[in-house]
Amino acid sequence: MTTFDLNGRTVSARSPDDTPLLWVIRDELRLTGTKFGCGIGFCGACTVHVEGRATRSCITPVGAVAGARITTIEGLDPQGKHPLQIAWLELQVPQCGYCQSGQIMQAATLLKDFPNPTDQDINAVMAGSVCRCMTYVRIRKAIKLAAVKMQGGAHE
Amino acid sequence: MNSGLSPHGFRAPYDTSRRGFLITMIGAGVMLGYARSGLAAVESLTKETKAPLSPNELFEPTIWYGIDTNGVVTVNIIRAEMGQHVGTALARIVADELEADWSKVKTLIVDSDPKWGLMITGGSWSVWQSFSVLSRSGAAGRIALIEEGAKLLGVSPKACTARNGAVHAGERSILYGDIVARGDLRRGYTNEELEKIPIKTRADRRFIGRDTAQALDIPSKVNGSGRYGLDAAIDGMIYARPKIPPTRYDSKVIAIDDSAARRIPGYIKSLALDDPSGTNPGWVMVYADTFTAANKATDFVKVKWESGPSAKVSERNLQQRAAELIADPKGGALLVDDPGVDAAFASAKRKIERTYTTATAMHFALEPINALAFEKNGVFEIHTGNQWQSAILPILAKALGRSQDKIVMRSYLLGGAFGRRLDGDYAVGAALAAKAVGRPVKMVCTRADDMRFDCPRSATTQVVRLAWGDNNRIAAMDHHAAAGWPTATVAPYFQGKDAKGNLYDPFAIQGADHWYTVGLQRVRALNNELADRTFRPGYLRSVSAGWTNWAVESFMDEVAHEEGIDSVKFRLSLLDATGRNAGSTPNSIGGAHRQAAVLSRCAQKAGWGSAMQKDVGLGIASTFGQERGMPTWVACAARVRVNRTNGYVTVEKMNIVIDCGTVIHPDSAEAQVEGAALWGLSLALHEGTEFVNGQPKDTNLDSYRVLRMGDAPEIDVEFLPSTETPVGLGEPAMTPIAPAIGNAIFAATGARVRHLPIRSQAVLQALARES
Repeated sequence: MTTFDLNGRTVSARSPDDTPLLWVIRDELRLTGTKFGCGIGFCGACTVHVEGRATRSCITPVGAVAGARITTIEGLDPQGKHPLQIAWLELQVPQCGYCQSGQIMQAATLLKDFPNPTDQDINAVMAGSVCRCMTYVRIRKAIKLAAVKMQGGAHE
Repeated sequence: MNSGLSPHGFRAPYDTSRRGFLITMIGAGVMLGYARSGLAAVESLTKETKAPLSPNELFEPTIWYGIDTNGVVTVNIIRAEMGQHVGTALARIVADELEADWSKVKTLIVDSDPKWGLMITGGSWSVWQSFSVLSRSGAAGRIALIEEGAKLLGVSPKACTARNGAVHAGERSILYGDIVARGDLRRGYTNEELEKIPIKTRADRRFIGRDTAQALDIPSKVNGSGRYGLDAAIDGMIYARPKIPPTRYDSKVIAIDDSAARRIPGYIKSLALDDPSGTNPGWVMVYADTFTAANKATDFVKVKWESGPSAKVSERNLQQRAAELIADPKGGALLVDDPGVDAAFASAKRKIERTYTTATAMHFALEPINALAFEKNGVFEIHTGNQWQSAILPILAKALGRSQDKIVMRSYLLGGAFGRRLDGDYAVGAALAAKAVGRPVKMVCTRADDMRFDCPRSATTQVVRLAWGDNNRIAAMDHHAAAGWPTATVAPYFQGKDAKGNLYDPFAIQGADHWYTVGLQRVRALNNELADRTFRPGYLRSVSAGWTNWAVESFMDEVAHEEGIDSVKFRLSLLDATGRNAGSTPNSIGGAHRQAAVLSRCAQKAGWGSAMQKDVGLGIASTFGQERGMPTWVACAARVRVNRTNGYVTVEKMNIVIDCGTVIHPDSAEAQVEGAALWGLSLALHEGTEFVNGQPKDTNLDSYRVLRMGDAPEIDVEFLPSTETPVGLGEPAMTPIAPAIGNAIFAATGARVRHLPIRSQAVLQALARES
């Protein structure tokens, strides 16, 4: 039994300690916005926040996050209106959409570390997030748009 | 949601001419459309209330959409939503003619009821196939609503207009929902009547061609609520992961030892699946209470297989076989076969011959293959994202030993498809897994399973020749292409036939039948049957046009260089729109002149002919998209920088100019072009694997390199304005990219590469040959 905080709620997972956090979130706790892509931490589809840091949940054993604060795409913003989500809608970023939860979660920590990211910052931090529909052009634009929105002080 | 499975009416046999078949299909859709029925659509509108609505509660002029008493328009979508926002595009076509209130338009992705006719999402066909029938259906609905609205308003229909979900007469108006509730909307239209309904001209369109509304599927894709196949669940289901045999077809299970797996908590059992359809022989399914347990247990289950000869096949064998087939003048099918080609080569003053190859390439859709299967009320349900329900249903029937009317496929969002999910082989595995244990089974493949079980783009070899006759005139061109044939496996009835009756897979040759006027022409398609035996050749975004154009457009560049002519000028001189290249109405009106137009514009925008820095080159290519029957004219100019020390190629900018006829939604259209162009780039420089001992060597991102954020160059996209028939857009922009890059490498360094993907090593070798 592992207890942790998921999107502001205390939850207890029955899955064995070595179960990847991804499958605990998806199959046991039934939040399916976080996706399974490669299973080895190379594609970023499974990205969640652990204590505010982007983390690949497919290679993170649930036992390792006991007591930690976990945020998934469903909990990024209570209304689903994080500046990144607004920018993503405004620029119509997703195509198939499967990677986008992970992209947004990764971008959220990018903007915490680099409130005004350069193209190089974006290339470096987003390098681990694969988009097979190749929406990279729009992801880049949307990150920059969200950065501007956040500079406006609308969001933390 | 289920109850209305119609009596089975799967249409067969198929017309072997695909175009003819599609037209038949569209006609059939219209005919069905005007008989008032269609339970599935009714159900969609009444999730809460189970009883079908009466005509006074729902106006359903065709099977394609319904309007309820609240004025909500629900458009039934038979296509897979896989990133192209197809539901929005199709709903927009209906809404435009219907004069609907867009805020009340919804889409419903329907199940595999035979009443929908052919269910396939591929070939960038969706808009092209549906435009006419959906437009006229929308118009028919509008006319009926005006007639009944006029009666309710007590005026003549001529005094009424429809706009924004209401009928207006002067100051007064009545909402569509109220007309549905109070009017008598029972209407019937014959095919002929429907055909006569005029559709709008460009000036009157309210949605088509404008960025008036956002895609309906996008909000669910930014907040995690979108439901993909992987998210499908049902109470009481167990999980299963397949143990994929060492070869695709010729492995037999000899023994299963699960003693080590029994220590895994939650492990249930392992079973060898019996597959009467022969789709997935040699599969062992490992069952557990959770995916994690099934995943882990699979690694502990030991299976002994006995495998056949394909266990030894390598990439080199595949390419050697292709070369042998091409070397033999007999065999294959002749897509183009002008008499006298051999004579023209025999008497040629000058000749050039080149060989182009491409490596095996994987789909790597980000959502690994999965499906949920169970039997409920005598019907076998398969919940999964799929692109071609009509092809896999008969196979499922054979596998499960039941008739197709007792099987239904339910659709979800597709986490990438790119042609992978045209082959529904994974649905067969999941269905058999559920049947074997008599309870709901959720089958999930790991990434490595998905890759080993992929239907890759076959390795290909092409030989292209050109002959000059008297006066340095081009006399003949000869193109031979050998590859695995997806259609021969997945849907043999979908193959084409040449003039002598030889079957061929159009999706393993299209693109070679280009629009250049080159004198006498021959295009020969050869089936690499060794590939077909070793793996299931798959459709991969843009299919053959993704590699035939690698040959055609690299070759055009090489010939221009040989002739000492600027390669744009050279191409333009051959794009004269004469003879077979004149084009025809409606789909290819203008013919090769439209290809010339995109090429010229692209060259101009990219600064063709301007000076470049050292080791930087501009390369150009143009294509007709995928197929001559529905050409999407596209050109790409790529600017690349070549590092002579390590052979590394950086694409700095891509200019793309495209003519796809009428653009339904400019912003979505641009997104498709950006994505397709970057796919082209990924396949040009990064993506490729090789078969080793009958299996693809690379099974995950640790060794299979795909395009990432930092690899994406600046892209400039321009659509040439057009009011012609809308054609395809999801794939065409992929087709000129690789040759544009190859040609740019040549322009930068003088080194010619002829194999995809273009690895640094190959560039270094080409540079060495050059110096």
